[in-house]
Amino acid sequence: MITFDGVTKRYPDGTVAVDDLSLEVPTGEITVFVGPSGCGKTTSLRMINRMIDPSGGRILLDGVDVTTIDPPTLRRGIGYVIQQAGLFPHRKIVDNVATVPYLLGWDKKKARARAMELLERVGLDLRLAERYPFQLSGGQQQRVGVARALAADPPVLLMDEPFSAVDPIVRASLQEELLRLQAELNKTIVFVTHDIDEAIKLGDRVAVLRVGGRLAQLADPATLLAEPADDFVREFLGRDRGIRRLSFVPGDGLRLRGDLTVPVSAEVSSVRGTAEAWLVVVGDDGGPLGWIAPKDLPDSGTLAEVPAAPYGTFVRGRDSLRSALDAALLSPSGNAVAVDGSGRVVGVATREALDEALARVADGARG
Amino acid sequence: MNWLIDFFGDAANWSGPDGIPLRVLEHLVFAGLSLLLAVVLAVPLGLWIGHTGKGAVLVVLSANAARALPTLGLLVLVVLLMGVGTIAPVLIPLVALAVPPILVNTYEGIRGVDPELRDAAYGMGLRGRQVLGGVLVPVALPLILLGMRTAAIQVVATATVAAYVGLGGLGRYIIDGLATKDYPRAIGGAVLVAALALAVQGLFALVQRISVSPGVSGRQRIR
Amino acid sequence: MGEEPLVRWDWIGRNWPEIQELLADHIIMALVPVVAGLLLALPLGLAGARWRWLYQPTVGTMNVIYSLPSLAVFIVLIPITGLATRATIIVPLTFYAMAVLIPAVVDGLTSVPEHVRQSAVAMGFTPLRRLLRVELPIAVPVVLAGLRVATVSSISLVSVGALVGRGGLGYLFIDGWQRQFPTPIVVGVVLTAILAAVADLLLVVAQRWLTPWSTARSRVREAA
Repeated sequence: MITFDGVTKRYPDGTVAVDDLSLEVPTGEITVFVGPSGCGKTTSLRMINRMIDPSGGRILLDGVDVTTIDPPTLRRGIGYVIQQAGLFPHRKIVDNVATVPYLLGWDKKKARARAMELLERVGLDLRLAERYPFQLSGGQQQRVGVARALAADPPVLLMDEPFSAVDPIVRASLQEELLRLQAELNKTIVFVTHDIDEAIKLGDRVAVLRVGGRLAQLADPATLLAEPADDFVREFLGRDRGIRRLSFVPGDGLRLRGDLTVPVSAEVSSVRGTAEAWLVVVGDDGGPLGWIAPKDLPDSGTLAEVPAAPYGTFVRGRDSLRSALDAALLSPSGNAVAVDGSGRVVGVATREALDEALARVADGARG
Repeated sequence: MNWLIDFFGDAANWSGPDGIPLRVLEHLVFAGLSLLLAVVLAVPLGLWIGHTGKGAVLVVLSANAARALPTLGLLVLVVLLMGVGTIAPVLIPLVALAVPPILVNTYEGIRGVDPELRDAAYGMGLRGRQVLGGVLVPVALPLILLGMRTAAIQVVATATVAAYVGLGGLGRYIIDGLATKDYPRAIGGAVLVAALALAVQGLFALVQRISVSPGVSGRQRIR
Repeated sequence: MGEEPLVRWDWIGRNWPEIQELLADHIIMALVPVVAGLLLALPLGLAGARWRWLYQPTVGTMNVIYSLPSLAVFIVLIPITGLATRATIIVPLTFYAMAVLIPAVVDGLTSVPEHVRQSAVAMGFTPLRRLLRVELPIAVPVVLAGLRVATVSSISLVSVGALVGRGGLGYLFIDGWQRQFPTPIVVGVVLTAILAAVADLLLVVAQRWLTPWSTARSRVREAA
């Protein structure tokens, strides 16, 4: 655990970068520092590994004041990833990754083996190991930067806008990769970004900082979206805060109807009489095939011969209310098909059910 | 051309204290010694100033001074004031003129390293010396070597001029040839000096190729 | 020498007219190569920036020329341009100036950011107009920085010419050495340094005036 205890950074010229910051970064979680330029998020991060020393207050790493530890020793135990990756241009990729193991005195063979393992882990082709940084794309370099930070298996990882310099598609894949890695590794991660979407996507907890280095709010993303502490946070979260909030509301609470499905092997005649406007056709494997409207069906034949309309699904027990809503909007029926983890239809969330769920969310926001 | 044949074809010019092999050796020793002294003085100072940022004014001043001061005047003045006889009075201006290019390029090389790189190096727990030796110097090496090459060429040229105040080496042929109106001798000396300068240039190109990491030189080729 | 002072002011007073003549000769031999070098470097640099394959061979040749000691080149030129003529000094110094200026022109032109170049194209500038109105003005600071190096080097190099009979203020060094008398040498060194400083200052002022938007002084080869 990392504890900020009344931390202040005031420069000799009088500017205050961080003002009386107190918060805790729990072990094994991703805590994101987010805020506009000049909010002191990077300064706060850099005070953890003593790239900057605070002018007031204390930062404790598992209860030990970091200023009592010799900076290089402290830093070798903390992974550090920065915006442009900061790879050493004169060293091959594998040696870049092995930097800290070398510093810690590992023998060369062991350090290189560890480096190769990490390159694989961050999803890089091992043929890149013997290349130099300039031969890699920005996204690849950033992966190497993450691998390098993880090389000596530090419990803590500091990431300073690591994905800001790459294009949105690469950024999204790097974010996914980080979440995947974190699920395996359970590091204590402090992640700095100016991008609120990135903060919400990655953070277990998000600290919103305001200009002048004051903490505006510290909360998990769902709470942040539902209950912004003040106008600054509200504005910083942006306009579609309500919709984004739905990402954090589980779809489990949706009332499902089981009577709106029909097997593909059924005769047309058996469904023509039903009062429902739309039914889901379910294949022999239990997966959805599409929507049909009983009143538009031909006079005879089986459902297999009838063209079905497109559909959207959400995974019950895993996907959010936002996914369910999205699935509903992709179907002409306005209903969302719920499936289980293996893709078998478990029911249908109707517009009415979605309405109820949205009303509950809105009530929560009011209360 | 005939003059060159006159000079290089004369067997007397290939032996003895005024023979070509000994003159070349003399020239190399003077130039090499001056360069070595200049490197020993300028590289650590340039590394220190570039790394700490202290004393940058000194670098600018020395660069400007070295460019503006006439080498011949400096040589003549120092030797006149300190007296002929020992080699020291000649070496002083030689070294003094070789220091600035090395100092400036070393300083610029270190200072010009991407701040992100420095940040990453410290952030991973390298100590000051490890950052300097393990990251900054290898990345700045092309510029540091350029400074040494400029200084080496400068030293070869100045050592030639220094024959005027009594130094040995290839400049002797030029100065003595001019004094005795023996043009084959003067031109022969000039050709030898030029060849030596080119050889030095080539040597540094080789050193650069061997000592600079492909990761650094490749990156520069792309830019 | 004993009581001999470093500088005897009366000598300066007595020889002032002659010193002035040497100074004027020095200025001509130092500046003609810089101007000629610039005039030659501009087209060659433009070509080098335009056709990149030309650049390496040109700079390589210039590097070779630049590494040749001036005294050696003066000597080799004597049979062609004559002993103690201005041409013997001016021709090699022109090449030295070009060796500094060609890379400066190319660097200056290639320092124009791609987005600036693209937006000039998009606004409908013809290639010539783009060169004159956009690329050259942006290149000016880098070229001027090169010009400063070339000018100061040229001023200090002229005096080596004294060894082949024509060196402007360099004559004072020969004179002082032959008579073992420091005053002329000190005068020569000080005047050369002042001349270099004044020329440098004028170029700095010119740069401020020509490019009020920039004080850049980058990417210029360190000449000695």
